[in-house]
Amino acid sequence: MKETPLSNCERAFLLQAIAERKRLDGRQTYDYRNIKITFGTDYGCCIVELGKTRVLCQVSSEIVTPKMNRPTEGILFFDLAISPMAFPGFEMGRNSELSVKLNRLLERCLRNSKCIDTESLCVAAGEKVWQIRVDLHLLNHEGNIIDAASIAAIAGLCHFRRPDVSVQGEEVTVYTPEERDPVPLSIHHMPICVSFAFFQQGIYLLVDPSEREEWVMDGLLVISMNKHREICTIQSSGGIMLLKEQVLRCSKVAGVKVGEITELIQKALENDKKARKEGGKFGFAESLPEKRITALKMEKSAVDTTDVENKVEKIILDAEPPSRVISKPVVWTEGTAQIGEGQENTWGQLEESEEDDEDEDSAPESPNVEMQTTKKKSLKDDVTMSDSEEDDVVILQPERPSQISH
Amino acid sequence: MSAVSIEDAVGQIVLPGDVLVLSTQSRDAPLSLSGPSTSNRPRVVCGPGLMRQEDDLLVNKCGLLRHRDPAIYWVDSQQKRYVPVKGDHVIGIVTTKSGDIFKVDVGGSEQASLSYLAFEGATKKNRPNVKVGDLVYGQFIVANKDMEPEMACIDSSGKANGKGVIGQDGLMLKVSLGLVRKLLIPQNDIVQELMNIFPMEVVIGMNGRIWVKAKTVQQTLIVANLLEACEYLTAEQRKHVFSKFSDNVI
Repeated sequence: MKETPLSNCERAFLLQAIAERKRLDGRQTYDYRNIKITFGTDYGCCIVELGKTRVLCQVSSEIVTPKMNRPTEGILFFDLAISPMAFPGFEMGRNSELSVKLNRLLERCLRNSKCIDTESLCVAAGEKVWQIRVDLHLLNHEGNIIDAASIAAIAGLCHFRRPDVSVQGEEVTVYTPEERDPVPLSIHHMPICVSFAFFQQGIYLLVDPSEREEWVMDGLLVISMNKHREICTIQSSGGIMLLKEQVLRCSKVAGVKVGEITELIQKALENDKKARKEGGKFGFAESLPEKRITALKMEKSAVDTTDVENKVEKIILDAEPPSRVISKPVVWTEGTAQIGEGQENTWGQLEESEEDDEDEDSAPESPNVEMQTTKKKSLKDDVTMSDSEEDDVVILQPERPSQISH
Repeated sequence: MSAVSIEDAVGQIVLPGDVLVLSTQSRDAPLSLSGPSTSNRPRVVCGPGLMRQEDDLLVNKCGLLRHRDPAIYWVDSQQKRYVPVKGDHVIGIVTTKSGDIFKVDVGGSEQASLSYLAFEGATKKNRPNVKVGDLVYGQFIVANKDMEPEMACIDSSGKANGKGVIGQDGLMLKVSLGLVRKLLIPQNDIVQELMNIFPMEVVIGMNGRIWVKAKTVQQTLIVANLLEACEYLTAEQRKHVFSKFSDNVI
């Protein structure tokens, strides 16, 4: 399947919008899309979402013989797979130019920056070392693959635990997770790629280009940096002439962005650690009991909660109070009697349930926005429910309308 | 796999593999999907997402089962992949110009062909001004699974009737096919409500492409984002969101 070409009108519109300093999704020039990091049940497994771009990372380890020229160093292996699943324009199983470029950049960012201590991966010099394999899969492509992939790779590496080993003479024992706790890799620093797209020969610059912005850009500058503001890799593609000031400004912006992202990764790691320690649910598995197919891709939408409380009160005030019917048992036949209208239980529980509702309203403002909205919704539901029930009664027993208070 | 009576399943969610049993009265005579309707029962028509399996219907898409009298059934599903259907109005992108036909990308598995004579007022001498990369709004005149789909920008009487090349500015956005169908329902007033906020031009293609153009870039962007957001909004939520804009912007 061929990828959809970009029409002239889209190109013209995008360039005009960029010239007016506007972006399709309402971001500012230096804004990233929302980054979300979710860890799996296994160590070293994570999904990173950068807007709608999604990358799955799985880190695995294996004992192999080291390379001849580096007998005491472990081996790091990176593979970023891009398939038509992510974007119909990508071809299956072929090493496209893009795939080679991204893999090379990722290797330069993570291996050549020596962020992982490869010496610590040595089990027996010249004989056995750990090989750490980082498999990245692009699940959806909406632009800026390299940033998402680099975040996923470093988050996966930080999350990963390899089995513990002990060496006694010639004998090497690998312990299962039950025998000894797996050990984390020793990570010196966390390099993260930040992409800058240039438009109109470098007049305009955007951080984190989306897929359509990537179509119309003239050049791309990727700066890989860690939070100590040490540049690990810098790559400029697209063949545009960049001025010294531009590169310097980009590196400054990259420094800020890397700081934010590093913090985010560390927060995500901490949350995951806490969840694991408490024995609670963690990882993607958390979404399984909900039995929702879309559980993994639910996006949080901003909810306007400014006047929720007023609204709830208004709904309650506007709603008709449930009819208070004095219970008069009607004996239809021997052994069957009816009390009330057959709608709500008027056996004294009414007052209680009303009080419960009011309690919910007057409960102190909860910090969780979602909770509030669900409360609001449930209240709404309750109100409409009782209405409909009353209607039902009208339909069902039309012969006795006088008893129904409306 | 489960067998449910088709009447019970109307309005419910059906999944691929579900078997829908036609009601007993219609089982007296053998089910015919085409051909003249025998006896007194109406002819059953399977729409998208339904397949005939002997005397029953087999579901092959997930979504809501819909029904229209007398016996038309189809599955209303949310998908993004477009499959050309004869008679659909779509927005395509001209990809190549070769001889007397244009190749047009419509988002289907294959590119559609569009003859240069299929424009209003086009003759052999008077060729239409269409460039590669232009957007065209047209209708499928041939669409079946074994042949290359063919488009036309005129109707049978030779009139454009709104079809043809779309202007050089404005923004095209891609949305799900479900949203496009929602927007095109006659009793749906999303587009009308949007028009009240921003005066704009809009072209909706059945292939999930929408072209919008408002007065300014800013307004076009807002319209595009509002249209995309409409997919998951109820009528009330939408009114709330729209009212915010009508207060603020104008």
